[in-house]
Amino acid sequence: MTVETNELPEPGAPVQANAGFSGDAVHTTTLLGAFNDYVTRVRSGDMGSLPAISGLLVLVIIFSVANDTFAGRINIANLITQAGPICVLAMGLVLVLLLGEIDLSAGVAGSTGAMTAGLMIVDHGQGWAVATLAALAVGAAIGLAIGLLVARLGIPSFVVTLAFFLGLQGVMLKFIGQGGSVRFADPMLRGLAIKNIDPLVGWISAAVIVVVFALLALRTYRIQVTQNLQHPPLSLVALRIGMVAVILFGLVAFMNQNRGRIPSFPIEGVPRMLIVVVALLIFWTFVLTRTRYGRYLYAVGGNAEAARRAGINVARIRTSAFVACSAMAAISGMLLAANTGSISTGSGGGNTLLYAVGAAVIGGTSLFGGRGRAIDAVIGGLVIATIANGLGLLNNASWINYVVTGGVLLLAASVDAISRRRRSAAGV
Amino acid sequence: MSEPLLELRGVNKSFGVAHVLHDVDFAVYPGTVTALVGDNGAGKSTLTKIIAGIYTRDTGDYLFEGNQVNVHGPRDVAALGVDIVYQDLALCENLDIVQNMFLGREERKGLLLDEVSMESRARETLASLSVRTVKSVRQSVASLSGGQRQTVAIAKAVLWNSKVVVLDEPTAALGVAQTRQVLDLVRRLADRGLGVVLISHNMGDVFEVADRITALYLGRVAADVPSKELTHSQVVELITAGRSGALGISENPATASV
Repeated sequence: MTVETNELPEPGAPVQANAGFSGDAVHTTTLLGAFNDYVTRVRSGDMGSLPAISGLLVLVIIFSVANDTFAGRINIANLITQAGPICVLAMGLVLVLLLGEIDLSAGVAGSTGAMTAGLMIVDHGQGWAVATLAALAVGAAIGLAIGLLVARLGIPSFVVTLAFFLGLQGVMLKFIGQGGSVRFADPMLRGLAIKNIDPLVGWISAAVIVVVFALLALRTYRIQVTQNLQHPPLSLVALRIGMVAVILFGLVAFMNQNRGRIPSFPIEGVPRMLIVVVALLIFWTFVLTRTRYGRYLYAVGGNAEAARRAGINVARIRTSAFVACSAMAAISGMLLAANTGSISTGSGGGNTLLYAVGAAVIGGTSLFGGRGRAIDAVIGGLVIATIANGLGLLNNASWINYVVTGGVLLLAASVDAISRRRRSAAGV
Repeated sequence: MSEPLLELRGVNKSFGVAHVLHDVDFAVYPGTVTALVGDNGAGKSTLTKIIAGIYTRDTGDYLFEGNQVNVHGPRDVAALGVDIVYQDLALCENLDIVQNMFLGREERKGLLLDEVSMESRARETLASLSVRTVKSVRQSVASLSGGQRQTVAIAKAVLWNSKVVVLDEPTAALGVAQTRQVLDLVRRLADRGLGVVLISHNMGDVFEVADRITALYLGRVAADVPSKELTHSQVVELITAGRSGALGISENPATASV
């Protein structure tokens, strides 16, 4: 820090609004510069999803080497449908974690929603659309109750949602009956897990997403340059577009090959569940980064008192986050039910929630609030699903699965805590 | 001197039996830095909170630009164009400078946040205040020093066209260089025609930037005079004893009431 001299613009000098403060770096000029900035950020504790992505790579390599079937097309399709419910639930949890809260009931709330959908179809003969709406409504109602108790009464979310975790299991037991289960056989909903997108539709969807993403990214870049705003180097924008294109086209190309064992009955295409995950990912990324509501979520999570003074209705934002989280949980519960084909009294309990919290945190969402993205949840969900899937293939006893997943969650939380400390030390 | 932007007349405030403010008159003039000084318990915080609309007055008038106004809460005060920068600054560390400056008043195009307009306006505002120390307006506030944070909080008030800015101990936690920056900024605010209230314990700061000094002593105004007419030691006397030579409260209320 240097001592500032109070210099005024020379008389007659044109007042250039954008040239006003000399230290303002509008752009990093090169890809290398952007990379160096990134390295600096990572070293000062702002790691984002770097640990998750590198962890995912390591896991994929280990499991591919250890087991021949892991990287096969059938198993990757399996992995996607396994990861789907975790990713969706984790995306919902990100909203609550952003506020520095927790929702321990999300897994069970999701299965309660799915049970509602199942009962609507089986007992009341409703179509999948009505059943889905009912599940979402049940999820949102549970979230509203939790949110009001947390935001208005001021009970810690940990306690409220623990109570709902127990209570909702009782509700499911009442409706399903001891040891019973509800079939989840609606062709549309069940199809999310067992059917695939037509290969051609897969190609077209991937192309549309890539083109729209590229156009939006380039448009933003052009505006930033013409308005002299802070912007990344063009090469970095191009790199991002390229990465999205490679991942999407690569996935479609891989999944569009026949993976059926019977030659006359080909199984090909991307599992339908991926549409739901990608659509929700785009939706929540948009909400969190481009809308006022998303900004307020971050603000309340960062400094609730500052948000309150800025005129933000903090209680309403809190409540809404729990509503959105439980509604997302309902979608996740239905995806889980689509995978297994039924809902039993134990659905959504056990490690469902732990997986989702682990996914969000591993992806780079902070447990302390104020930091997190929708993509974190998806990347973290892939890590968790890969662990569960890979360990399963290695034929290990399920106790190893529990221990490893618990260990990974603890590791991710430690990384979060340490990087938070480094951030506050480095002031990033 | 021109008409005051903000004026309090004959304000009294009690909390139960504690009579905290006695017939306090306080005025903020455009283009002027008014220092509000006083020892702990003199009533500075109470007066600030009355200005901010957090406390109601028992008696007395609240005038803005010569007109009597009804103030029922902080929102009314903000609507008048009075901004209070508290010591804790109320910034979100996880958001960047632009996001913080527009927090609660984001500009939108339809549903979307209008980042282009917000970033341009934030940059213009900082530039117009000759803020040269921040690296980028897209830096997160967590990466800023105390002085830079203070700058952002003050720039926020300028961005929203506040007419009166009350700064509560803006330099209390700052080092030498950063104090220098913030004081320069305070001076520039007044040069733009804003009415600035500087609450400070630091006599050096007060004499450096203040045009007027209002000294409180046990809930009464001991003096309200141009800073040129006072010396350092006189102000200290006003703060500690409520009087200094011909200035101050004629009868010491502390001893008088005993």
